[in-house]
Order: sequence, then structure tokens, then C-alpha cells
Amino acid sequence: MAGKVVSTIAIVDYGMGNLRSVAKAFSHVAPDQRILITSDAKEIANAERVVLPGQAAMPESMAALNASGLRDVLNQVSREKPFLGVCLGLQMFFEMSEEGPSGVGTPALGWLKGRVARFPKPHVDVNGGVLKVPHMGWNAVHFPESARSHPCWAGVADGTAFYFAHSYYAVPADDATVAGVAEYPNPICVAVAQANIFAVQFHPEKSADAGLRVLQNFSNWNGSF
Amino acid sequence: MLCKRIIPCLDIKDGRVVKGVNFVGLRDAGDPVEVAKRYNDQGADELCFLDITASVEARGLLYDLIERVASQVFIPLTVGGGVKTAEDLRPLLNAGADKVSINTAGVNRPEIFNEASHFYGAQCVVAAIDAKQTRPGFFEVFVHGGRTPTGKSAIDWAREVADRGAGEILLTSMDRDGAKIGFDLELTRAIADAVSIPVIASGGVGNLQHLVDGVVKGGADAVLAASIFHYGEHTVGEAKRVMRAAGIRVR
Repeated sequence: MAGKVVSTIAIVDYGMGNLRSVAKAFSHVAPDQRILITSDAKEIANAERVVLPGQAAMPESMAALNASGLRDVLNQVSREKPFLGVCLGLQMFFEMSEEGPSGVGTPALGWLKGRVARFPKPHVDVNGGVLKVPHMGWNAVHFPESARSHPCWAGVADGTAFYFAHSYYAVPADDATVAGVAEYPNPICVAVAQANIFAVQFHPEKSADAGLRVLQNFSNWNGSF
Repeated sequence: MLCKRIIPCLDIKDGRVVKGVNFVGLRDAGDPVEVAKRYNDQGADELCFLDITASVEARGLLYDLIERVASQVFIPLTVGGGVKTAEDLRPLLNAGADKVSINTAGVNRPEIFNEASHFYGAQCVVAAIDAKQTRPGFFEVFVHGGRTPTGKSAIDWAREVADRGAGEILLTSMDRDGAKIGFDLELTRAIADAVSIPVIASGGVGNLQHLVDGVVKGGADAVLAASIFHYGEHTVGEAKRVMRAAGIRVR
């Protein structure tokens, strides 16, 4: 491909397992781009776009991320490049999570103001019906007016269902960062956007065509909103 | 609100999809990747692979199969069969599984649920429970593919695995499996009411009304079926139309 500049999407590998699903989905929607699973700070700094996935427990994930030595480069690129968080990745963007030692929780990256809370035990609706936790399966995502025109939502209808699997959810301090809401049974924040940062609580790589569309949108996004 | 899920199940033996009656009498039902793609196109919410080969030699074949399916099918994949320790989850998750089901190993050593949930998160730990009514009002847990009774109450066991950190229960009625007369609704309802984690009903689906009954009467969060889909009797799309008509929220 002489003379042609190939964009790179760096998927950050901090040693916590399954990154391949995200990589495979990006390879599917962005066949012209280089999809790189990497734990190399230089490769992350040189990539056009960066993805922080996650599916494991918060204390272990933050410990692994801290031990990886990648926090500095992630802090840097989180201010500069189109940056996508997925599932636990979204939660890591906040200041702290209740997941972890009782009463202490786990400090996180702090790029967004707010915390991560657990669904209550038991999780009941107004009629006393028990809602199962984890929140697992397909749920409709609605867009606040302020986020409807976000480039990552292009071509995705309000109310489209995405696949979720989580017991903790983000509670942003600033409503203006909320880019998507789902009901379980009360509205919870399931997507956030702030400048060049976009993150989703659901798994776009496991949400069939709708999820692939979000990933494709991100792969074309210049990071401005 | 959250949708109820339809999960086609693919029993895998020596790299092929098979289906038997009451865990014996296996029939060939196709190539796993082709079958998975077909279900994805029909709108399946999730896929479940249960490896019933469970021999050491066939393990590599399973990883390869998951890898191939996960490259082409972008919906959640649950994989089970042959998991013995919490460490066994890692290669399955790395191959592309989103959840791993644990059955016999959990009965042998229940701490596996705590360990797997602690390290990988509850959302990828599925407790598979094979249950059979062995006396009136008592559902007993069986292991080793339904061959070995354990003396355990399925309801007590469901509560225990949930407490230990399983994120979901895949509940199979051995009395109904392959019999096509509908889920064991009494069993399903008892387990669904006993735990606060999602329950997948399995075993016995013979028609689409059975799926509706599993949700409405059994209280299941998801319904799993194999033969009605494998042999082309019904599509997942038809199943969703019937469930939607019954007032069930589906994708």
C-alpha cells in the first residue's frame, strides 16, 4: 500500500482478557484500517483512535491498568484523540466505583466527574417486582436531545436495542455528559460523551448490526463534538 | 425495558452440531459456523455452545470453532462443557466466548464460582444446572451430562451458585430435554423465584407456545431451544413474532 496512510485503531491491552471480540468487530467494520491490540505506550500514542475495552471486575482491572504503566499515555491520548470506552471501559473513565472493598470501592481514571454504583439488592420496581442483576440482555437505548447528533450515533434510531451485561452503572455528576439512557426500571446512564471521549456501557461488538454501526461510526469519527 | 431473549443452543461433538433425546441418541444437525450465521441472520439474541465431546484432544477444536464463529457472528456466545477450573475460562474467553457455563466442576468444587466471578466478573459466569424430578416435589441436580445424581436440591443449589457469584443460571430439565412437550414450568418458576440473577429455561421446547409459557408461566428471563430451530421447523423470527403477540418484549 505504498503512499497510502493507513489509520490505526489501538485497542488497549492491560492484561485483562478478551479484547479479541472488540478487535474482530472493528476488523469487520473498518477493513481498511489497522486494528492493533497493544500494551505498548508508543503504539497507543501513535494511533489515530484508541479503545479501552473491559469486561472483568473493576478492582482487578484498575490494578492491572496501573501495573501496565499505561496510565500516563492514556491520560494524554484521552485529551487528544477519538477515544472509545466499552462496558467496564466506560466505568473506568469516572472518578471511582463502588465495586471493590466495602465502603472504599476502587479509584478509577477520573476523566469524567461522577461515580459508578451497583444496582441495589434486591432490585425492585414500584410494584415490588424483582429485576434480575446482572442487567443482562438487550435493552433499548434512548438519546438525550443534546447527544442525538453525536457522530457515533449516526444512523442509529432512538430506542434501538443493544446488548448489556453488567451489575454496576455510571452516575455522572454532570448531566451534560450523558449520551444514552436505558430503563431498568429507572433511567440509567449507558453512554457518555465529552469532547473527544465517547463510551458505552453496552457491548457494541456483541450488539449485532446496531453495535457494528456504532463501531463503524467511531472508526470514522474525528473526535469533535 | 429489558427484552426477553431467545437463545438457540448448539450441542457440539467432534466439531459438529448434534441433538439427542434425553442426552443420548445423537443426530447430526450441521456445521457450527453455518448454523450460527443462520441464527444471527434470523435475529437470535445470543448463542449457546455446549461441547459434549469434553475430551482433552477435542479442546483445541473447540477453541478454533469459537474463534471462527466469533469472527463472523457479533452476538453474545456462551460456551460450556469440560470446564474444570477457573483458569479454564481464560482460553474460552480469549477465543471469543462472552460467557462460560460451569456444571459438574461447580458441584465438585463450588468455590470455582467465587473464583471465576471474582476475576472475570459475574457477567461471564453461567451456572448450568441439570435437574430431574426424582420424587414428588423434589428436583435433584445431576452431573456428568445427566448421568450422575448428586442428592442436591436444584433450588438450594441455584441459591448457592447465585450467592457464590454466578451471573446467570442455565436450567435444563432432564425430564423434558428432547421430549418436545414444553419446559418444566414448575421447576423453572421455582428457580426463577428463588434467585435474583437471570434464569435461562432449557429442555423440552417442541413448539413456539412453549417459549411463551417459559417466560409467562415459568418466569424465565431467556428461553433456549435447539431442535425446533435446527431442523427448520421454525425460525427465530417466527418465535419472536409469537412472543411479541403474547405481549412479551423482544428485540
